[in-house]
Amino acid sequence: MRFRLRMPSLKVTVGLALLAVFTFVAVFGSALAPYDPSKRGKDLLQGPSGKHWFGTTHLGQDIFSQILVGTRSVMFVGFAAGILATVIAVLVGVTAGYLTGFAGESLSTVSNVFIVIPALPLIVIVTNVVPNSGDVAIAAVIGCTGWAWGARLLRAQTLSLRQRDFVQAARANGESTWRIVAFEILPNLTAIIASSFIGTVMFAVLTEIALAFVGVSGISEWNWGEVLFWAQGQQALSLGAWWWFVPAGLCIALLGTALSLINFGIDEIVNPRLRSSGRAVVKAADGRKVRMQIGFTPVLSQNQNENQNSNDGGGR
Amino acid sequence: MKYFARRLGFYIFTLWAAVTINFFIPRLIPGNPVDALIAQRKGQIDDKAVESLNVLFGLDKHQSLLSQYFHYLGQLAHGDLGISFNNFPEPVTTVLGSALPWTLGLIGVTTILSFLIGTALGVVAGWRRGTWLDGLLPATSFLSSIPYFWLGLISVAWFTGPDSFLPSSGGYDPGLIPGPQLGFIGNALRHSLLPAATIIVSSVGGWLLAMRNMMVTVTAEDYITVAHAKGLSGGRVMTRYAARNALLPSVSGFGMALGLVVGGTFLVEYVFSYPGVGLQLLNAISSHDYPLIQGVFLVVTVAVLVANLLADLAYMALDPRTRKEG
Repeated sequence: MRFRLRMPSLKVTVGLALLAVFTFVAVFGSALAPYDPSKRGKDLLQGPSGKHWFGTTHLGQDIFSQILVGTRSVMFVGFAAGILATVIAVLVGVTAGYLTGFAGESLSTVSNVFIVIPALPLIVIVTNVVPNSGDVAIAAVIGCTGWAWGARLLRAQTLSLRQRDFVQAARANGESTWRIVAFEILPNLTAIIASSFIGTVMFAVLTEIALAFVGVSGISEWNWGEVLFWAQGQQALSLGAWWWFVPAGLCIALLGTALSLINFGIDEIVNPRLRSSGRAVVKAADGRKVRMQIGFTPVLSQNQNENQNSNDGGGR
Repeated sequence: MKYFARRLGFYIFTLWAAVTINFFIPRLIPGNPVDALIAQRKGQIDDKAVESLNVLFGLDKHQSLLSQYFHYLGQLAHGDLGISFNNFPEPVTTVLGSALPWTLGLIGVTTILSFLIGTALGVVAGWRRGTWLDGLLPATSFLSSIPYFWLGLISVAWFTGPDSFLPSSGGYDPGLIPGPQLGFIGNALRHSLLPAATIIVSSVGGWLLAMRNMMVTVTAEDYITVAHAKGLSGGRVMTRYAARNALLPSVSGFGMALGLVVGGTFLVEYVFSYPGVGLQLLNAISSHDYPLIQGVFLVVTVAVLVANLLADLAYMALDPRTRKEG
C-alpha cells in the first residue's frame, strides 16, 4: 500500500500540533517550570494569578509547575507502554494470523482471553503486588496487559492478506516465511499497527493516571494523576479550589483528543469511505435541496427529471 | 449451535485462566502476608482461617505447587473465597454479596443505555454523512477522552451541594435500611443518577464512532442501492437494511468493551463512594485485604463472561449465519 503524499486533513494537523506541544513540554517541562513542584510556598490554596498561573495547593506548591513536570511521566508511560504493547501485538497477531492450525488458534485464544478479562482491576492488583513500582514498572505492567486488542485486529487483517495473490505468488517463488512476513505482509499492516499503537498510548495514559489517582502507584514522580490524587485527598472541590482539578483534567482530555484526531486520519487512509467528502447537501438549480448519497447519481434538475419520466412512461 | 458451543468452551477456558492468574498473583507478593496479618489481628484469627489463608497464599511449604493448585480449586468449588480482613470475621462471599447488586445495577443499566443511545446516534450520523452531524465526532471523542473519574469529580462540584436534589456520595441515605420498600428504591435511584450520567456521557462516544464508521461502510453496499431502487422509504432502508447489518460488529464488540467499562465504573464508584464492588476493591487494596482483592477480581471476571455470553446470544439472534447447522 503506497500512501500518496497529500495535505493532511485539518483534524490530523490539529492532532499532530497538540501532540507536538505535549512532547515539547515532556522534554523541557522541568526546565520551563517556574517553581520546584514539591517546594512549599507561602501562598496557600490560592486561585490563578500572575505569580501562580494555575494557583497553588494547600501546601503552597505551584500547580502549573506540577502539571509541566508531570507531563514527562505521563508521556513516558504512555509511549513506553504503547511501544511494548505494539511489539507484543505484532508478534502475536501476525503469527496467529499467518500460522494455520493449532499454533495460530491458541495464540488467538490467548489474546481473546486478555481482551475479556477486565484490565483495570488486573493492573491495579499487579501494580500493587510489584514492589516499588516506578514509571518503568507501571509501563511494563500496562504494556503486558494492553496488547490484546491490537493483536486481534492484526490477526484478522493478516488472515485476509495471506490469501491475496501477491502473497501466494511470493510463496510460489519459494520465498522464506520470514521474508514473506517481513516484506510482503508487514508493510500492508502499517496503518493498523499505527492506529493500534495510538489507541494503546491513550489506554496507557488513562490507566496510569487512574492508578495515580486512586493512590495505587507509589508516590515517586509527579504526574497529572498525582495532582488529582492530592486534590481529591484535600477535598479541593468542596473548598472551591477548581484550579486544582481543571488543568490536569483538561490536559488529559486534550492529549486524548489529539491522539484520537490522529487516529481518525489513519482510519481515513485505511478506509477512504470514511473521509468527509465535502458537503453532502447540494442546492439544485431550482432551489430544491438534494442530499448526495453513495452509489447514487443525483438528478439535479426538475425538468430533466420530468423528461426522463415521460420517456420511461412509454417503455413500461 | 456449534457456534454457541465454541463460545461456551472459550468462556470456560477464560474462567480457568482467570482462576489461574488469581492463584499465582498472591504467590508473587514478597514476604509472608499471612504472618503479617495474624500479627496485625493479634490472635483474632482461628486455626481454620489460618489454614484457609495459607492455601490462598500458597504458604503450605510442605505441599508441591501442583497439589496447592488443586487444593485451591477445591476450595473455590465449595464457594470458599476466604475471610475478609477488613470486615473480619465476615467471609469474602458475604462482603461481595452485599456490594455486587449495586455494581451490577449501575453497570448494567448504564452500559445498555449508552449502547442504545450511541448506536442510534451513530446510525443517523453515518447515514447523514456530510451534514452538521459530522461535528458529533470531534465533540464526542473529546468527551470520551475525559477520564470517567474526572467527569465524576466535576459533576460532584457542579450539581451537588447542601440544597441540591442530587446527593454527592453513597448509594442511599445513611438512615435507610436496604430493602424492597418504595422509599428506599426511590432514594437509591436518586443516588445513582449522577454516577450513571457520568458513565453514559463518557462511554457513548465509542459506540457512536464504531456505529457511524460501520454505517458509512455498509451504505455503499449493493443491497442498499437495490433497497433504494425498490422504492422503499429512506427510514426503512436506514433501519432495516443498513443499520441491521452495521450493528453486527458493535454487538460482537459489546462484550469485549465491557472489560473497559468495568474499569471506568470502578473509578466512578470510588469518586461517588458508591457502595459497589469497585469501591470494595480499592479499599481492599489500600488496606492489603488480599482475600477480598482476589474475590473481587474473580467475581468481576465471571460477571463479564456471563455478559459476553448474553451478547453472543444477541449476536446469534441478529446474524442467521451463526445459527446454520454444521
